[in-house]
Amino acid sequence: MIERDQVLHVARLGRLKLSEEEVERMALELSSVLDHIEKIGELQLDGVEPTSHVLPLENVLRDDVPRASLPRDRALAEAPEPAGGGFGVPSPGGEG
Amino acid sequence: MPEPVADRPYEPVIGLEIHVQLATRTKMFCGCALSFGEEPNTRTCPVCLGHPGVLPTVNAQAVHFALMIGLALGCEIAPRSLFHRKNYFYPDLPKGYQISQYDVPLARNGALGDVRIHRVHLEEDAAKLVHAGASGRIHGAAGSVVDFNRGGTPLVEIVTEPDLRSAAEASEWLRLLRATLRRMGVSDVNMEEGSLRCDANVSIRPAGEATLGTKAELKNMNSFRFLQRGIDAEIARQEQVVRGGGTVTQETLHFDPVTGDISSLRSKEEAHDYRYFPEPDLVPLAPTEAMLSRADDALPELPAARAERLERDLELAPETARLLAFRGELGDFFEAAVAAANGGGDGAVAGPRALASWVTVELVPRLGDTEPTESPVTPEALAKLAGMVSAKAVSQSAAKQVLDVMAIDGGDPEALIVERGLGMAAADELGAIVDGAIEQNAAAVEQIRSGNEKAIGAIVGAVMRETKGRADGGEVQRMIRQRLTVDG
Ligand SMILES: [Zn+2]
Repeated sequence: MIERDQVLHVARLGRLKLSEEEVERMALELSSVLDHIEKIGELQLDGVEPTSHVLPLENVLRDDVPRASLPRDRALAEAPEPAGGGFGVPSPGGEG
Repeated sequence: MPEPVADRPYEPVIGLEIHVQLATRTKMFCGCALSFGEEPNTRTCPVCLGHPGVLPTVNAQAVHFALMIGLALGCEIAPRSLFHRKNYFYPDLPKGYQISQYDVPLARNGALGDVRIHRVHLEEDAAKLVHAGASGRIHGAAGSVVDFNRGGTPLVEIVTEPDLRSAAEASEWLRLLRATLRRMGVSDVNMEEGSLRCDANVSIRPAGEATLGTKAELKNMNSFRFLQRGIDAEIARQEQVVRGGGTVTQETLHFDPVTGDISSLRSKEEAHDYRYFPEPDLVPLAPTEAMLSRADDALPELPAARAERLERDLELAPETARLLAFRGELGDFFEAAVAAANGGGDGAVAGPRALASWVTVELVPRLGDTEPTESPVTPEALAKLAGMVSAKAVSQSAAKQVLDVMAIDGGDPEALIVERGLGMAAADELGAIVDGAIEQNAAAVEQIRSGNEKAIGAIVGAVMRETKGRADGGEVQRMIRQRLTVDG
């Protein structure tokens, strides 16, 4: 069972602001997700390599050849607060 | 007398985490060229800006360099390694995660010198965050401004085991690592410019104990001096805490080199909850035999091995061998001079020890900031000059005058010596000068005769002045003694 504190912790990591009602609902929903994963965990998988990818591919590499970058105006076009040729952001002070 | 308990020595235990920007042409996961001080945000694309729906692709050259580093550090290369997402929110990270490696790094379990390497992995650099107020060029920004030029630059992170026992040792070892990486050509390894960055994990324990104390992490010390001072300050701080009956807490610290103060960067336990998971957009790296042998073939002789060889084969003093090996260009210059001397053929040639001294003691100060390869003095010319000294065709001090000229205008030492009349004074000329000096320094002659050997210096000095250094000091001493003995 996922506790209320755990929901708030995960919400904070994801920078999510949850209402009281959402916190309670998330606790239930996340618990049922974990229950399902525990069910999968019952499978006998000794000797089976953990799967990180489903594609049978390795070493997909790109040659080290430069391609044109975006003009700065375009790079900054979607910036909510462009300033001094850069992306203005709130001061990260207490965050992190 | 037994030591008082309060003075019981503590032993520092230090491990380093080094970030190395790779000298590729493009970024880790996109084709943007790396930035060298270009205007902000002129080296970006949808991939390195973290736009939705874009896909990263791995830079083959970054993998090649990382494999070279892993092999140079004697690591086991993982047959198959994975990229992971390291999740945290910070404005310098547009995707909300950094692509890094986690439980299966590219390489692990190596060593450089006496220090074991825990792991070596590939990741991408964050962007540069310019805080408002820190720079006058930001106008109208509410908080800070992000420059994404650096975002996505390929990094190799090298983590050592906690095998270092003092700040000086840590700094010395980092010099060896830097020299090694520079020799390999995989990075600019410039600490001030941030292409080599070092964090230190520092803890203390009562000397001789095996368990590790709680460590604090000192971030981003951008010079060898700061690294050493920062670690020393942190050791002192922890000792004070422990001696005061307190306990060291695990935290991330910032060392201010100006004030010498250490302050806590972030102590929130959530900051370290990165929720790593495999990067779904990148398939595993599984270095092939061809990739591994190409990386291995690309490794030059590394500084530690070179220092050993110079010491063993050429009988150089250990410090000289290390200096030449750690400054690879200087070592190349020296070895070219040795080759030139050996290939010179006729007459006396300067031996490796003499040549090493000419390079490290005489040439280096005359080079200033110039690289040896850009110096007007060629290895062949220096070998020739040193050879003329060995053959006593020119005195040591006259040769130094010749080198002064060569360091500015280049030129052939033999021609310069003739042109400037700096050749060794001929025996009869020198004899006359020695006779004159003895005559004019009666007081010194008197002192020598009454047993004060040191008084000979005054007469030697007079001869050297008169010949403008074109005489061999030992030879002059011998001539003076001979004359005084004969006279007496
Ligand atoms: Zn890009």
